Amino acid sequence: MSQEEKAPRILKISILRFDPHDPDDFPHMETFEVEEAIGMTLFVALNEIREHHDNSLKFDFVCRAGICGSCSMLVNGKPTLACRTLTKKLDAHITLAPLPLFELIGDLSIYTGKWMRGLNERLETWIHNKSNELQVDRLEERMEPALADEIYELDRCVECGCCVAGCGTIQMRENFVGAVGLNKVARYHLDPRDKRTDEEFYEMIGDEDGVFGCMTLLGCEDVCPKDLPLQSKIAYLRRMMLKNAL
Amino acid sequence: MKVIYTDVLIIGGGLAGLRVATGVKERGHDAIVLTLVPPKRSHSSAAQGGMQASLANSKMGEGDNEDVHFSDTIKGSDWGADQVVARMFTHCAPKAIRELAHWGVPWTRVQRGDRTAIINAKKVTITEKDDAHGLITARDFGGTKKWRTCYTSDGTGHSMLYAMDNKAHEDKVEIHERLEAISLIHENGRCYGAIARNLMSGELVAYVSKATTIATGGYGRIYSVSTNAIICQGIGQAIALETGVATLGNMEAIQFHPTAIVPVGILTTEGCRGDGGLLLDKDGYRFMPDYEPEKKELASRDVVSRRMTEHMRKGKGVKSRYGDHLWLDITILGREHIEKNLREVKEICENFLGIDPAEEWIPVRPTQHYSMGGIRTKYTGESQTLKGLYSAGEAACWDMHGFNRLGGNSVSETVVAGMLVAEYISDYLESAESHISIHTANVEKFLKIEQDKLDALLSKEEGEDAYKLRRRMEEIMMEDVGIFRNGKDLQKAVDELKELHKRAKNISVFRSKSRAANPALVNAYRTQKMIKVALTVALGALLRTESRGAHSREDYPERDDANWLKRSITSWPDAEDELPTMSYEEISIGEMEMPPGFRGYGKDLTLHHDETPIRQSAVDAITKELEAQGKDRFEIQNAVMPFIEKLPKKYQGINERLGENV
Repeated sequence: MSQEEKAPRILKISILRFDPHDPDDFPHMETFEVEEAIGMTLFVALNEIREHHDNSLKFDFVCRAGICGSCSMLVNGKPTLACRTLTKKLDAHITLAPLPLFELIGDLSIYTGKWMRGLNERLETWIHNKSNELQVDRLEERMEPALADEIYELDRCVECGCCVAGCGTIQMRENFVGAVGLNKVARYHLDPRDKRTDEEFYEMIGDEDGVFGCMTLLGCEDVCPKDLPLQSKIAYLRRMMLKNAL
Repeated sequence: MKVIYTDVLIIGGGLAGLRVATGVKERGHDAIVLTLVPPKRSHSSAAQGGMQASLANSKMGEGDNEDVHFSDTIKGSDWGADQVVARMFTHCAPKAIRELAHWGVPWTRVQRGDRTAIINAKKVTITEKDDAHGLITARDFGGTKKWRTCYTSDGTGHSMLYAMDNKAHEDKVEIHERLEAISLIHENGRCYGAIARNLMSGELVAYVSKATTIATGGYGRIYSVSTNAIICQGIGQAIALETGVATLGNMEAIQFHPTAIVPVGILTTEGCRGDGGLLLDKDGYRFMPDYEPEKKELASRDVVSRRMTEHMRKGKGVKSRYGDHLWLDITILGREHIEKNLREVKEICENFLGIDPAEEWIPVRPTQHYSMGGIRTKYTGESQTLKGLYSAGEAACWDMHGFNRLGGNSVSETVVAGMLVAEYISDYLESAESHISIHTANVEKFLKIEQDKLDALLSKEEGEDAYKLRRRMEEIMMEDVGIFRNGKDLQKAVDELKELHKRAKNISVFRSKSRAANPALVNAYRTQKMIKVALTVALGALLRTESRGAHSREDYPERDDANWLKRSITSWPDAEDELPTMSYEEISIGEMEMPPGFRGYGKDLTLHHDETPIRQSAVDAITKELEAQGKDRFEIQNAVMPFIEKLPKKYQGINERLGENV
């Protein structure tokens, strides 16, 4: 009998629930049973729970295609994007919890937007170039094709927060910029359009809340859903910053 | 009552909304962006394949310019587009992309020398020019004469949105996240902002503004299977409709993308076919050349989707438990190409299908993808009927796409419309007519109406289940208002949706009674709005007895210029009406630069308008005369259909290209 013809599994999905707006509520686990379907993802399973079992269940999906980074959560304890997690790759008993460290909106819904906005403002993640005024009619500035590809590689971060949740350092230093922040600095440092000097980057992350705070546990690298080269970029920034400090 | 005052309220934090925000900020005005999700998570991020702009840097783009882009866009629209708007758009697309390059998008660049590409299933060598090295390159997309679609791998929308949002950070644009506009404040034909609901706390807030911009994207989620993000529910269109004053345009113009994966409906970019991918049937046979010998897999989207459906109806589809599908084969592009230029596609195949697209074929079928219709606006982005209300991007019917949008023209529209509409809004804010006086009692009245509606949903016992109504609506749209349409099914759809609309007034929110973050409550009020939007689509489709672009009627296969060269206009003047009110806006052939012709797909079934040959001779005569006088292409274009004066001064300049105006 082929896989498809077997009786479908009954998934037991245990979810850490809490509504901070409800003074009577307290964090607790709740388990729902869902019949598994072919190609079922946690996006499908959670919507089924909301639609048929408990319509108050809170979670965040937007693109449901692994592109937007909204739906990061702990799946069996590991930070990942829920939308692209196929249930068939998991045991029949699945536990889900909101990503730690971020402000909780309710159940699996977290306020990553606020955290990431703070990070972007702090690291000023935009091109700094006051001298070069944009002239929209003129040919664009040239860039080496390989360099453009390299920048794009780092630009692929979706700000999902998995690396933050998987970070040991941030547990102890709440102002640590995390791999997401360091990757952004590496991205702008690489970009010749950004005229910030090494000293300016050093000012921003050359301390224990920045690149020197990282304890090199590298949980970030393990959990990044976009497989960003976080380990090598953190190492690169360290060497660069150290050179600068000397 | 909490009231927040601002110059410009922008509803929607995707590419279009953010570009409007930075534009008005630059002109010194205050702006607040309301967004359901962090702006970087907006649906713009899902645009994969690219942005059209006629830069003509790459070898295969040589000879491209605004004229060719314009002609492709008009043909693609099946002559439904507003040609002045399409001209404004094609003129500004190169500016918009250069602006984005300046702001940090790492556009993929031209590499000088030889490279291998796959064209029509054959390996060919393309030699890129030395002097183009390092400029922005482009790939091929459907329905275009030149390779014009600029990209960053297949994460173009993501890179654009990140650059745009970062620019908004730099400009200190105020972003109010997880705030949903649920109604517009308006009085005597003037819009004064919106009532918004905080999705975390449930609080209602009145935003009072001189100008209000809706940039909430499309309404794809009224269909059960769509490539759209789940937030693309048409709520922006619905709140405009619910004013009873603002109008929607061409709501029946719905695009189906040929290649979404089965069954989940996630997009694989047109870049797959642009880069040389093929469509195959159950026998592994490449069928598109049989139907469209010239453009094959790269015919316009509406055409490819119909041909695929036709082929499946002939029994050539691959059977699966989720219905028939076809194959997209990109294995011929090679692993290296896929891992560099189609990496999102690769991730999607791995994660959702468990296959490696460098080795295996991808199961695909046409799926709802884009809303050409939307809030009907003038070329300035302002509603034709509700002053002070603006719209940009997919939310709007501006109208540069007519009845079918070309791939690569959507993200391009978002930033071009955003940059232009920001200027028109700023001009408006700097004029005396922008001043407002609205009594706060009236603002409170609007807030109270919404509060009462929410209270009713929460307090009602034994009412309708919103999920059931919504699922039924989605099925109706899918079954009866799909790729191929006919009068009988459309009538059935309208009748049933009318009934659902009635039942939706009796929705009650079961179990989950929280006033704060409450997905059941959100689903309840959105369902009521979505059904209204669905009705505008179904009714528009029923009444339009012709086939044009993506609107394809089996019972009226001809494009009927004599009777239907017009835009559908929908409004909902009285909340108690059972159906929206339809009217039509003539599209004047006499003012066209490019009078209606044959798109070049299949058999020409067009019923032409009497005026078409007259206008064509006039255009030809002007062109011939000016050519004889040695006038350049800009002068000739300007004589046929002037548009440049309509643009803001700063965007009127002629675009540089390699070998042109440099």
